[in-house]
Amino acid sequence: MIDTFAALAHGMAVALQPMNLLYALIGVFLGTAVGVLPGIGPALTVALLLPVTYKLDPGGSLIMFAGIYYGGMYGGSTTAILINTPGESASMATALEGNKMAKAGRGGPALATSAIGSFVAGTIATIGLAFLAPWLVDFAVRFGPEDYFALMCVAFVTVSATFGDSPVRGLTSLFIGLTLGLIGIDKLTGQARLAFGIPELLDGVEVTTLAVGLFAVGEALYVASRRHHAEEKLEPVRGSLWMTREDWKRSWKPWLRGTLFGFPIGALPAGGAEIPTFLSYSTERRLTKHPEEFGKGAIEGVAGPEAANNASAAGTLVPLLTLGLPTSATAAMMLAGFQQYGLNPGPLLFAERPDLVWGLIASLFIANGMLLVLNLPLVGLWVRLLAIPQPWLYAGILVFATMGTIAAKPSVVELSMLAGFGIMGFLMRRFDFPIAPVVIGLILGPIAESQLRRALAISLGDPMVLLQSPMSATLLGIALIALVAPFVLKELRRFKANED
Amino acid sequence: MSSEGAPGDHPGGAGRRVDRAGLVIAAALAALAAVLVWDANKLPATSMYGMGPEAMPVVIAVGLVLLAIGNLIDALRGNLPPRESMDPKPVWLIIVGLALLIGIIGFGGGFILATSALFVTTSAAFGRRAVVADSVIALVLTTLIYLAFDKLLTLSLPAGPLERLL
Repeated sequence: MIDTFAALAHGMAVALQPMNLLYALIGVFLGTAVGVLPGIGPALTVALLLPVTYKLDPGGSLIMFAGIYYGGMYGGSTTAILINTPGESASMATALEGNKMAKAGRGGPALATSAIGSFVAGTIATIGLAFLAPWLVDFAVRFGPEDYFALMCVAFVTVSATFGDSPVRGLTSLFIGLTLGLIGIDKLTGQARLAFGIPELLDGVEVTTLAVGLFAVGEALYVASRRHHAEEKLEPVRGSLWMTREDWKRSWKPWLRGTLFGFPIGALPAGGAEIPTFLSYSTERRLTKHPEEFGKGAIEGVAGPEAANNASAAGTLVPLLTLGLPTSATAAMMLAGFQQYGLNPGPLLFAERPDLVWGLIASLFIANGMLLVLNLPLVGLWVRLLAIPQPWLYAGILVFATMGTIAAKPSVVELSMLAGFGIMGFLMRRFDFPIAPVVIGLILGPIAESQLRRALAISLGDPMVLLQSPMSATLLGIALIALVAPFVLKELRRFKANED
Repeated sequence: MSSEGAPGDHPGGAGRRVDRAGLVIAAALAALAAVLVWDANKLPATSMYGMGPEAMPVVIAVGLVLLAIGNLIDALRGNLPPRESMDPKPVWLIIVGLALLIGIIGFGGGFILATSALFVTTSAAFGRRAVVADSVIALVLTTLIYLAFDKLLTLSLPAGPLERLL
């Protein structure tokens, strides 16, 4: 307990240095500006802005990242409320009620409750992160390589199979990611796999190239292909920006309940903010005193899910920082941010670079506070960004997206990969394959492989080592259940349907 | 990501018919598995304890084969989610833009020309018909980006004839 306070105080001292404050401010500003663009979710925001941080030192860059992360989330909810295009599925509940509120001329209070709710949830969840992380780190130092491997199996399964629409399609995405992760030099033996004699492939596939291709180029192609469908309409923000007494009264409990859903579910290696946001939405719908407003613009339906979304974003940082385990596309991009400096999140990083880790955690508080102050007064600016005509908007997004790759590796091979991943992202959207598992598979696959091989090398090749550690055996059991359950449930449902 | 759940243009059109695109997806996964096994076989055997570098590709290939079968079953049952009608022309326009970008960078045409080409084709794909106006906008915009990132942030972007004038 005392240790946590001391560490956090030290982190605050790092984060409050003027240069770092400036980095946080730039991060928050850029994150919101990019996140507000329609079709750009937090994961893509982080991927697009990763090259901007190349030249900074790791500390400053991670602090800027914290700002980009939260800024991207705020920006996404603004878009969801004002034009009903949720940049990610976790904003869908917000779009449901928030856009109705905006249509009814209550866009201001909708934005306000989402901003303040995100602040409340983000702050509580970051406190949770600060206290949970050291405890989990103590636990994680005892993990052997087989335990890590088992833990990653759980993450693979939950991210791709358990909670999606179709376990087959989710696992297909994951295995495409795992295949991409094989490309390049094998770290243990130095042999090239799947490189086909192309020197650029020896370093492996860059996570940013994959993410920007899948998310940005894929999304642009997809939106272009269905432009003849109805176009989105931007709702102007009319009337007061401020919440009335009544709004406050109806908002504060959903904020807290949303946080309670969001943080624990985000902290479990279960991936995604969809579940907590929808749990929060259905709970608020059940508990509200104004059930007639739901579906027509109920403020509780914005306050709760927004809080849940932000709390779960902070929650996913728990497995990311303590175990090096990303459970969402955004967390995978954060991990890529660490890796660009050769840093591997996990218990060791807490011991070796406490200034970095605690500086980052402290910056999350600061970024959150900055957003609260910045977001509402600047809402006019964000709205103007939303009003950019679609052709220029997507043309600009693609220029910016390719710029990242051109700056990092200006080679024909790398750019062709970007274009190829873009086409893949387009096809995946069209045929309804989830995208996040590809990114998770690419970044986590090689780590899982090296942990497994390390475990087997220690056990002299005896695979039973995976079952001899109680931790690893339990985790593998959980992974197996999580893998089989959706198939069994589906068959059961089909069986029942036949019975009727 | 894209599960808007909106009804497609042909409601229930996928129905119970065999889905051809699904068959292609299944075949592609099986082909990918074959490539993995072929590549793993070329790796020289190692005498390490435990797994060598060729083990994991084979495991993933097995998974891909199983998933190919799963996708095949879905395709045969017509179980794929309904798809909305699409307009292929803008998609091809953007792909042409990307190809131009790659070609211009490859032949040393520089950042400004390459990204301008992408900007103009993308904008046209989204329905703009003012190619000349868009070209001017694109050149100004990408020049500003080039100056900001190359000169201010010292990020090295590839230089061509236009960049050397700056």
